[in-house]
Formats: sequence, structure tokens, C-alpha cells
Amino acid sequence: MNALAARRRHPAAIAILLFLGLVLVGTAYSLLAPKSAQASAPSADDVATGRQLFLANCATCHGLNAQGTQSGPTLVGVGAASVDFQVGTGRMPLPGPGVQAQRQNEIKFSEEEIAAMASYVASLAPGPAIPTEEQLNTEGANAALGGEIFRVNCAMCHNFAGAGGALTRGKYAPTLKGVEDKDIYEAMLTGPQSMPVFNDQNITPENKKNVLAFVNGIYERPEQGGMALGNLGPVSEGMFIWIFGLGIMVAIAVWLGSKAA
Amino acid sequence: MSDEETPHGGGTMVEDDGAASRLPARRGDAGHDVAVPERFENPGLPPHVHRLSDSNEVASKRAERQVAMLFGLSMLATVAFLVAYFAIDYTIDVFVPGIGSTNLLHLVLGVTMAVSLLGIGFGVVHWAKVIMPDEEIVEERHLQRSSDASRKKAADLILGGGEMAQLGRRPLLKYSLGGALGLFALPFVVQVAGSLGNPTEVSELAETLWDIPKNPDGSPGAPIRLARDPELTPIKASDITIGSVFHVMPETLKDSKHVLEDKAKAAVILMRLDPSQFADDERGRKTQEWGYQGIIAYSKICTHVGCAVGLYEQQTHHLLCPCHQSTFDATRDMDVIFGPAKRPLPQLKITVDAAGYLVATQGFTEPVGPSFWERNEFVNE
Repeated sequence: MNALAARRRHPAAIAILLFLGLVLVGTAYSLLAPKSAQASAPSADDVATGRQLFLANCATCHGLNAQGTQSGPTLVGVGAASVDFQVGTGRMPLPGPGVQAQRQNEIKFSEEEIAAMASYVASLAPGPAIPTEEQLNTEGANAALGGEIFRVNCAMCHNFAGAGGALTRGKYAPTLKGVEDKDIYEAMLTGPQSMPVFNDQNITPENKKNVLAFVNGIYERPEQGGMALGNLGPVSEGMFIWIFGLGIMVAIAVWLGSKAA
Repeated sequence: MSDEETPHGGGTMVEDDGAASRLPARRGDAGHDVAVPERFENPGLPPHVHRLSDSNEVASKRAERQVAMLFGLSMLATVAFLVAYFAIDYTIDVFVPGIGSTNLLHLVLGVTMAVSLLGIGFGVVHWAKVIMPDEEIVEERHLQRSSDASRKKAADLILGGGEMAQLGRRPLLKYSLGGALGLFALPFVVQVAGSLGNPTEVSELAETLWDIPKNPDGSPGAPIRLARDPELTPIKASDITIGSVFHVMPETLKDSKHVLEDKAKAAVILMRLDPSQFADDERGRKTQEWGYQGIIAYSKICTHVGCAVGLYEQQTHHLLCPCHQSTFDATRDMDVIFGPAKRPLPQLKITVDAAGYLVATQGFTEPVGPSFWERNEFVNE
């Protein structure tokens, strides 16, 4: 009997065997697993390509002609901006049922594919268009006025600093931190999910720029008072002072009353 | 020699007459005889434990140096505070690990002030704990009552003073002084008592800027246009698409003399629904009737405690108040479907004028906002 066989009943033997098995199966999977199909890169503004992508990914819930079904609303008239926002942030195609579609980190489509789907939906009926570079250029914008507009229209759901807030039944207004200007503009324009529509007659394009300047300013300007603790106001700050402030005071009180060595 | 044997819970008695404690045998719990003295002897203070610095000269010198160092640190910090106040530019931000980005001047001023104060405080405490004597001292408590002679002298002084002031002989003086001093208290009492109860004219609670004042000749005044908050530009009905939300103030706000009070009562939220989405009952029909082609306007002041109800959920048509989560249903005249509010939000009747702008032809028909005792007098539906 060789040395390996002599140790076959060692307690570590089963652990080593399991580990080897896992490594083997994992390697085999990553080598042999089927890859997701890659569509050939379409040219932008290709309505036909967009229609193909739509039929493949969206028609199940939104209907073959985007007219809507039980599972999804009509897309006729929502405009290119809606598609660019929903698909561009990963909210659509909806990964699963829930109270609301959430932003995803991995976007399954390339920019050209999103543009193609957007142009297809835009061809169905007139609707809000994707904002241009000029509309997103916040140079010289009035962040103070933007802040006033933000506080009247946005802060009740998204919090005074855009940190997000709760709605009913598990829905929520997401944080604006790390959100691109284009996405914020499109969200205002199209009013996704629970968010109301802030069309260009409500908040003019210039005021939308001001709001973008304000929101960018919150996160770009260095904090004047140390960590913002999530910009949640008295909740997080209260917790901080209860734990650290009171803790220090208790420690001092104990020191005051204790006898010296 | 009392035979009242009340059991003591082991407390100390300050009876230092040295009475010998008797130790009669008493019954404790069943079957056990417990020897409990009639009076416990005062155990006195625990033996005094000396500190290291009491006996050890080196230790006490070290403690002295520590206290002096704390005071010295305080002095340095105070000087640093004064230097920083003038030397550091208030626009500089600095990154401190553990705190994040912060304003340098504020940070330095705060830290130096803290060290300068805490240096004194900690120094003094350390001095008291380690260097100052810590033997137990007994404080004598003499009787509070003064001697009879002092008491008589004090009484004589006061009475004598009264006689010298001739208060007894001159009642006019006495009564006029009493009157002046007594009346002097009234301004304070009136203000305190007067501020109890309703601080305002109650009818003001029911008036909002949307109420249209009549013209001097008695004819009804011009309807008030709905204007965007904060720009105060009027709103055209065609600007409002389905799912839009506008936050509205009356156009007359710009001429208001009490802007904050008026804003607080006149805040209105405007939204547009598809006409088919209103409920098919009396409430739903009333909502549509008071609106204009699916555009409806409601007071934004919550009927619970008065927060601004601005969270409109476009897809469910629910209006949520962030303070206590009262939820109102826009398809049924803001009926309360959840939360502590007991009354639906008041609706503002709107229509369009000749130019297409949204106007309100009448104010609210009930007081906006939370309840108050006299509210029912002002509900005129």
C-alpha cells in the first residue's frame, strides 16, 4: 500500500476531494458554458434593428406593436428619452417582479442597441427626445435657482440633498448620487414609474440645467463639515452623537468618579 | 428598654452613645433561630486606602508634572486659537482621515478651543484626584435655630424700621404704596394670561389667498390665476400633460404683505389624470367636476398636522404625506386611504380663462390644514 492510500481515511481527505471537485467543475463550466448571443453591432438610429431588438426583449410584456399588455404599459408616445433612460440604467428589461424596477449595474445592451430601440419607439409616436449635449451643458447655470426648484419639486421625495427617500408599499425614490446628468434629465422629462412628469413647460430646459447644476454641486463641492453621513439629516447624525458623543461623556463621568491609584 | 423590635435592614445608626448591643435570640424563618442585635453598631468608615502619591514622593512629583503639562497644553492651544483666527483662510477645505473633507478654519478653531478648555478641566480634575488630600472629613451640623437673643434682636430691628418709616402712623402712605406695587404686577399677569387660549383671530385660519375679495362696488373680484412656485408664472392648461405635477401658488402672492403666512395656507398641488381613471362614484365625479379636463388642484397642507403633502405617485394616483404617511387617493377626491389624517384634502375649483390659463373662481370651501375647535363654523359647502 503506497503512502497516499495509507492516508485515505484522513479527515482532511474528504475536504481536499471536495475542493478538487469544485475546481474541476468550475473550470469545465467556464470553458464549455454557452455564451450569450452577440448581435452584430447595428448602426445608430436604425429603426428596423430597433424593432428586432424590441421584439426579442420587450414584446413579451409590452406587446408586439408596443401597444401594451396586462404586464406592461403602452410605449406609444413615451419617446426616445424613456427608452434611453429605462434601458440605459438597466431598469428595463425588468429582471423580475417587484414593487418597482431598480437600477442595475450591468447593462445588457450596447449604446448602439439602446439607440436603435430608442429610435424605434420614437418612430411609433412623437414623444420626449433624448437630451442634446447643449441641453446637458451646465456651464454658467444658476445652481441657486436650481436648488430652489429642486426643493419645491424634488426634495419631498428625493431628500434635501438628493439622498433618496421612501414612498408607499416598498417603493422608493432612489438616490441621485452617482447618477449621470443625462439620466436625471430624462427622468425629469419622462416621469418614470412613480415619479411625476416634469415636462419642458413645467420645468423649462434652462431650469432643468439649473437643477442639474445644483445636484452636481452637492456632490462635487467638498463638504464643509466633515462626513455627510449619507445626507440623511438627524437620523444618521443623531445615531453618531448617541454612540460616540454619549460614549465619551460616559467615559469621562466614570473617570471623574473613580478613585486615583 | 423598648421591646419594639422592628427588624433593621442592616442600616447604620448614628448612635454613638456606646450602648451595648443586646443579642436576644429571635426566631428567624421556620426552624432557624437568628441572633439579631437590637441596634446595629455603627461600623464607621472603611479603612482609608492611601494613594500612591500620598506615600511616594516620586509619584506625586510626576502627578504635579502631569497637571502642569495639561495646563501648559491649554495655554498653547489658546495661543494657537488666536493665531489660527487671523492666519487661516476661511475658504480652505482639507481632508482629514476619519472625518472626511472639512473646512480647515472651523476644524482648527474647534480643536484648539476644545484643548484649551479641556486642558484646564482635566488638569484641575487630575490635581484634585491625585494631589489634593482625599481623607474623609466629617462636617459638623449645628442647629439651624438661632439663639433667642439674636432672634429678639432681629425682630426688634425690623419692627423698629417700620416705625421709623412711619408706615403705622401714615395709612395713606401704606395704601398708596400697596396700590402702586399691586398694579405694577398687572402688565406681566395680563400678558401671561392673555397668551393662553387662541393666539390668533380664529377666522384667519379659514382665510387663504385664494379667497377672491369682492370689488368695492360689490361685484365679485377677478379670478386668481394659478402660478408656478417659485417663479410665479401662470400655467396654461395645455402645458399640463397626463402624469404631470405642478406646485402652485396664487398669482397674487407677489403682492402679498405677509408672504410666509400666505404661502403656508395657499400651497396647492396640481396634477393631471386621464379622465377614465377617476373613480365611478360620487366622489370621483365631484373631483372631475371641480377640475378641468382631468386637471385637478388640491390644497397641499395635510389635514393631519400640516406638512406639505407633495409626494405624488403617478402610477397609483396616491398622494403621500412624508411626515406621518397619510395617503390620499386622487381618483376619489383625496379620500384618506392610510395614515392618521381623518379628513380628505380640500379641493380648489379650477377652470380656464379666455387665454387658456388656469384660474380659480372661488377659494377653498373649507379651512385648509389641520383641525381646530371652531373649524365646523367655517365649512360652507
